[in-house]
Amino acid sequence: MSKLINNHFDMDIHPPYQATEYKSTILRASSKPLVITKKTLSELSGPVFNDFKLGVLDHDLTKNAIIDGEPIGERIVVQGKVTNELGQPISNTLLEVWQANAAGRYVHKVDQHNAPLDPNFLGTGRCMTDTHGNYKFYTIKPGAYPWGNHQNAWRPNHIHFSLFGGDISSRLITQMYFPGDPLLEYDPIYNAIPKRGKELLISSFDLSVTEPDFALGYRFDIVLRGHIATPFKNK
Amino acid sequence: MNLKQQTPSQTIGPYFAYGLTPIQYGYNFRSWVDNKMSEDANAINIYGKVYDGEGQTINDAMIELWQNDGKNQLFGRYGTGTEENNQFSFTTLKPNSVNKQAPFINVIIFMRGQLLHSYTRIYFSDEDVLNEKDSILQSVSKERRQTLIANKTEKGYEFNIHMQGPDETVFFQI
Repeated sequence: MSKLINNHFDMDIHPPYQATEYKSTILRASSKPLVITKKTLSELSGPVFNDFKLGVLDHDLTKNAIIDGEPIGERIVVQGKVTNELGQPISNTLLEVWQANAAGRYVHKVDQHNAPLDPNFLGTGRCMTDTHGNYKFYTIKPGAYPWGNHQNAWRPNHIHFSLFGGDISSRLITQMYFPGDPLLEYDPIYNAIPKRGKELLISSFDLSVTEPDFALGYRFDIVLRGHIATPFKNK
Repeated sequence: MNLKQQTPSQTIGPYFAYGLTPIQYGYNFRSWVDNKMSEDANAINIYGKVYDGEGQTINDAMIELWQNDGKNQLFGRYGTGTEENNQFSFTTLKPNSVNKQAPFINVIIFMRGQLLHSYTRIYFSDEDVLNEKDSILQSVSKERRQTLIANKTEKGYEFNIHMQGPDETVFFQI
């Protein structure tokens, strides 16, 4: 069965290293062909999270940094399923997320965008998938913000995601976008994705995920490279 | 067989630190991993810098190390934005040889300007005998092989990563 699976990055879906419209790639993208290796014990495994204890509010960005009130902005709940390429759920894997606040400002000290910080919003959190590969976290819908890539450049609303999966080849860092965002067509980071892959990063609004009188619901399913259904147990 | 399409990668961007390496950068959020992968008395120090195509050190990369030699499974993560000269450093155990191959550590590299992360390996300059016979090292041209070998120094092992240029590090497709 495994021989049918192309276990490499599907470059009809992933963005290339060199994408000159996104100017930071010009001096940072590797230029020589990748060397193909066969996987050894170390590549067939990765960090496991069986013993990792999440903080009780790690999954709730609307509450995990409160100082003196609720964070400002539109509360959302983001839910989805993490699977491998066979559609098998990836359980007990860690998702880490980070994002700008509702005004489009990151807490990071390097972010100089002249928009207000929210004293009650840090903009980061994490959660684990359950036994069925499902995850869920609460946050504030991130704002768009300007950046220096080109004249009048704005990043569309997005949430950064970091995931592990079963081994280090399934490692993924990506960004979740929102449906109908008019900035997507102008964004060189999003547009570096080949046509076949683009829709895969746009979450869908889902009324069944939406929590009445509380938060709008978005669904974002994630497929990690590979076909190891159960993370390699190494202890 | 119908395979699901892989979710596309996107860049880690410049603002990952408060989410992925918060304690290292002084943010008020618990880190679950850092650069101290081992507290063993025999632990080694691995350090280096990441260079762009103009030879400038990169101050907003994130480096992850993973090693599994069957005995020890160790994971570490560190950003290049807090130490002098944009250095990264890790404390870990030197891995053992597996199946007579040279010992190595897997490296995953993320940064603004990378839409897809890069994989490389750290081998060790004091493992000449095994390095000479290692099938993966020997599959790389002799001129480029040196980019995968950390140099033993008084402070530990120095491993610099060059994203481009004549010294471009060998990156792997795994």
